[in-house]
Amino acid sequence: MTTHSQPIVELTNVNKHYDKVKALQGINLKVMPGEVLGLFGHNGAGKTTMMKLILGIIKATSGTVNVLNADPISSQAFESRKHIGYLPENVSFYDHLTGKEVLTYFARLKKVPKQQITDLLEQVGLTHAMNRAVKTYSKGMRQRLGLAQAFLGQPKLLLLDEPTVGLDPIATQEFYQSVDKLKSTGASIILCSHVLPGVEQHIDKAIIISGGKPLAQGSLQELRQQAQLPVTIKTQGLNGALVTDERFGDFVVAADELKVPEEKNLEVVKQLLEMNNISNLQVLPADLEQVYQYYLSHEHLSQKPVNTTEETKA
Amino acid sequence: MSPVLSVAIKEFQDGLRNRWLISITLIFAILSLGLSYYGSVASGEIGLTSISSTIASLSSLAVFLIPLIALLLAYDSFVGEQESGTLLLLLTYPISHSQLLLGKFVGQGAIMALATVLGFGSAAVLLGFQMDFASVMHSFGLFILTAILLGLCFISIAYVISLVVSEKSKAAGLALILWFFFILVFDLGLLAVLVGMEDGLSQQQLVNLMLLNPADIFRMVNLASLDTSDVNGVLAVAINGSISPLGLLGLQLAWIVTPLVAAGFIFNRKTL
Repeated sequence: MTTHSQPIVELTNVNKHYDKVKALQGINLKVMPGEVLGLFGHNGAGKTTMMKLILGIIKATSGTVNVLNADPISSQAFESRKHIGYLPENVSFYDHLTGKEVLTYFARLKKVPKQQITDLLEQVGLTHAMNRAVKTYSKGMRQRLGLAQAFLGQPKLLLLDEPTVGLDPIATQEFYQSVDKLKSTGASIILCSHVLPGVEQHIDKAIIISGGKPLAQGSLQELRQQAQLPVTIKTQGLNGALVTDERFGDFVVAADELKVPEEKNLEVVKQLLEMNNISNLQVLPADLEQVYQYYLSHEHLSQKPVNTTEETKA
Repeated sequence: MSPVLSVAIKEFQDGLRNRWLISITLIFAILSLGLSYYGSVASGEIGLTSISSTIASLSSLAVFLIPLIALLLAYDSFVGEQESGTLLLLLTYPISHSQLLLGKFVGQGAIMALATVLGFGSAAVLLGFQMDFASVMHSFGLFILTAILLGLCFISIAYVISLVVSEKSKAAGLALILWFFFILVFDLGLLAVLVGMEDGLSQQQLVNLMLLNPADIFRMVNLASLDTSDVNGVLAVAINGSISPLGLLGLQLAWIVTPLVAAGFIFNRKTL
C-alpha cells in the first residue's frame, strides 16, 4: 500500500509455546494501514492465539510483536488500546442490560463520545431494539451488537474473530460494507473466518496457518499462482464436441467442463470461441476455498512454509 | 470517566436489573422486622422485644445470611465473564486488571451496602418510632456498619474463588463449601476443641482463633456492645476478651482488604 507508512502490525519470528504445546511457530507478518488480512486455518490452528498476541493479552515466547509502534503487552501500549477494536468469537454480552447500556459501558471504557453509541446502533440496525434487554436478542442481533462494540472509537486496527457467524446474507453484506468503509478511512483489519465464500473480495492478503505454522501467505493472486490451481471453464451448446476435440484432450473433466492451467487459459478460450455452436462460456478462477484446501492438503508434502511475499526479514 | 467508576456503574446497573438489590433489601427488612416483633414468641409473649435481644438474634441470623448472599452475588463475577467471553474482550480495553477488580468491588459492594442499609435501616426506623429513637439508632448503626463490612468481606472472598477456578459450577461449589466452613464447621471445630481438650485452649487463645473467621468477628463486635446477660455460649467467653470494638472493626477491614489483594494478585497472573 502506501510506501511511507509504518506497518500497523508486525510480527517477526514469533513463537508461542504453552507448556508442551507449540501454539505458534515462526510467524512473520506485516499489516499496513488500510490493509485487510484474512487469517485462515482449522479450529485449533492458532488463529485465536495469534489474535491474543496482537491484542497484548498473552506474551510471545520468542520473537517480537509490534502493534501501533509498541509492544502490545507493554505499558506504553495501554493508551493505544483505544485505537484497537476486537470482536471475540462466541461472545455473549450482559443479558440483563439493554443493548444501549452494554454499548455505553464499552464506550465509557474506551472514552468514546456518547454520540457514537447511537450512530453505531443505527449503523448495525439495532436502533429499534436498543432499549430491550440483550437476553431477548437473536443470535444475529447479538453479533451485530458485538460489531458495534468493535467499531467504537473508529479503530485503527480491527480484529474480527468469525464476525459473520450467525448473520443472515443481507446482514453479512452490510457487515462487509462497514468493513470496507472503515478500511477506506485507513484502518487495518485482521479477519478470521471459516466462511470463505464472500470474504474473497474484501481481503487484500491472506495467511493460512495449520498446527501453528504458516502454510502460505501473500495476496490472493500470489497464493493462486503458487498453488497453480487450474481455471475451470464451463461451456454451453457444444454437445460433447469437447470430448472428441484432441486439442483439449487432457483438460476435459466433463462433457461441458474443462480444467485449464492458468497460463493456458486465454489460448483455450480463444479456441473455444472459434468453435461453432458455442452459446455460452464461463471462466472461473480458483476461489479462496480451493486455494485454502490446496494448501491444507499439501501441508504434509511440503513441511517448509511457502512464502510468496518478501515479508521475511531476518 | 475513570475506568473503575465505569465498571462500578455497570455492576450496579446489573445488580438493579437482576433484582439483587430489591431481593436482598426485602429479605433483610422482613428478617429484622419479624425478629423485632415476634422474637419473643418463644418466651410466650408477642410484641416488641428489647433492642439488645433483637440485635442478638439479628446478628445470629445475619451471620448465616449475609455471607451466603454476598457469595451468591459475586461468585461468578469473573468466571461468568470468562465463560461468556466478555472478560477476554475487557482485557483488550484500556483498563488494567486491578481497575476491573476494584470497579467490580465498588459496584457490587454498593449493591450489598445499599441493601443492608435499606433493609435493616427500615426496621430500625420503624422500631425507632415505637421506642427510644437514639438508642435504636445507636445499636442498629453499629449492627448495620458491621453487616456491610461482613458482606464486603465475603464479596472479596467470592472474587478469589471466581478467579481461581475456570468453571462457573466449580465456583458455585467452592463458594458453598467456604460458606459451610466459615459459618458452621469453624465454630463446631472450636467447640470440639474446647470440650474435648482439657486445658487445651486458654481464653485468649480461643479469641485469637476466632479472629481467623470473619463471621465470628462480626458476632463478637455486635454482641460485645450489648448487655452480656442476653448472650451465652462460646461467644460470652470471647466477648470478655481484650480486643476493643474499634480493633475488631479494623480486623473486619483487614478481612476485606486481604482477600481483595489476593484476588488482584491471582488476576494479574491469570492467563486466558
